[in-house]
Amino acid sequence: MSDTIILEVARFNPESDAEPSYESFEVPLRPDWMVLDGLNHIKDQLDGSLAFRWSCRMGICGSCGMMVNGVPTLTCETLLMNYAPGPVRVGPLDHFPVVRDLVVDLDDFLAKLQKVRPWVVRKDDFKPAREFIQSPAQLESFHQFSLCINCTLCYAACPVYGLDPNFIGPAAIALAHRYNLDSRDQGIEDRLDIVSRHEGIWDCTVVGECSTVCPKHVDPSLAIQQYKLTATKEWFKSFLLPRGKH
Amino acid sequence: MSAGKRSNEPVVWFLFGVGGFFAAYFLPVHVLFYGLLFPSGLVHAPGYQQTLALVRHPLTRLYLFALLTFCFFHAAHRMRLTMSDVLNLRHLNTVLAFLCYGGAIVGTIVTVWLLATV
Amino acid sequence: MAQYTQFQPKAYRPRMSAYWYLDQWHYLRYALRESSSFFVAYFCVLTLVQLAALGAGAGRYAHFEALMRCPLMIIINAVALAFFLLHSITWFNLVPRVAMRQMLGRPTPDMVSSAPNYMVWFGATVILALFFLGVL
Repeated sequence: MSDTIILEVARFNPESDAEPSYESFEVPLRPDWMVLDGLNHIKDQLDGSLAFRWSCRMGICGSCGMMVNGVPTLTCETLLMNYAPGPVRVGPLDHFPVVRDLVVDLDDFLAKLQKVRPWVVRKDDFKPAREFIQSPAQLESFHQFSLCINCTLCYAACPVYGLDPNFIGPAAIALAHRYNLDSRDQGIEDRLDIVSRHEGIWDCTVVGECSTVCPKHVDPSLAIQQYKLTATKEWFKSFLLPRGKH
Repeated sequence: MSAGKRSNEPVVWFLFGVGGFFAAYFLPVHVLFYGLLFPSGLVHAPGYQQTLALVRHPLTRLYLFALLTFCFFHAAHRMRLTMSDVLNLRHLNTVLAFLCYGGAIVGTIVTVWLLATV
Repeated sequence: MAQYTQFQPKAYRPRMSAYWYLDQWHYLRYALRESSSFFVAYFCVLTLVQLAALGAGAGRYAHFEALMRCPLMIIINAVALAFFLLHSITWFNLVPRVAMRQMLGRPTPDMVSSAPNYMVWFGATVILALFFLGVL
């Protein structure tokens, strides 16, 4: 077996290029190297001008997501060996504006994330004298959805987001759902006004790829469908009891 | 809170979901017999009188009404989304909604009329 | 063309291909699953035609049965059956999982949520087949 592999890396210089092109680099193929190690080898040894984001190298910071052979992937936890003998094509995450090379602009996602109020919302004057008791069952109901690391692989995998940039998208809705399910939270009504709109949950057509690519098994697709059930229940409630408190 | 801003999509989504179960449970065996086994002669088809008697039974009428109505709305909702996303007709969303859900309503009316007069 | 300010990054904005569903097998499978709806609509209309023929008398119904025997109709119905099976399987794998999670509030194995639906499907198929054959 060859001890090197070809990485075809997307290059885009906003000052001179109209669109990205791919440049090939030959990097060592070592059994313990991740795709990110290959990129770092290029940056350190072959071409220092290559731009990409990374930080923790252990799949928790969520900054090294890229398209690897067309699939949204966390490059720090994906072995180069998986793609032997190559070549491997590494590009910026789909559906986001490309700032340079492999770096994308995440402003749109961050704005949407803030819009769904992903924090514990209290309607009362909540000044707990001691810690808030939560049973293991109450924790389990939302725990899975709280594991999101905001890597935005789900946005790159979602054709609906690609087609309709207004779509709030998988991770933001999953996080809104995570707080709805939290027994400490009282913000479900506020979030429904944001999320139960066409460009919210109703834009989702259950392609399911967000859940397939999620490195933390958050299953955003499940969260969105559950959210649809909740929104439907609330809709019928407000339809049958228009002035009722719900 | 201004619930008025919220989408009315729960109605069609609810009909889509119920229709999805009807289609998943019942349509395969329908098309298997009436579309394939009976016409091809592999299985002997019951005659006209027997089929008519089956359809005229009140429970059959009720079943067919539920099956066809929910399946019409299931198909309408999914066809609308398929045409806007897969066939890239997003810009025609209003027209598509009108055609698809309108078609389902017409289908429901024809279903009621046929089941009442058969 | 938008005018950029001096320090505004000139980002490249990718566009989705019109044939995006051909890019990956998962997307194509999704497109096929959704296309089952066209066959659901077709078969509902066909059933209405059958009901109309039944109501119009034995002669008309014989005419309808003759139409159903033509090879083109058999091919269309065979394709419809394939799409219906795709719909049933994808539906039973997805929807009960969501419903169970909503009701129980905790994850359940996929088998546990899907299995009852496959049993109901099997039961409904057998009972309806017996009605169609005139046994019941």
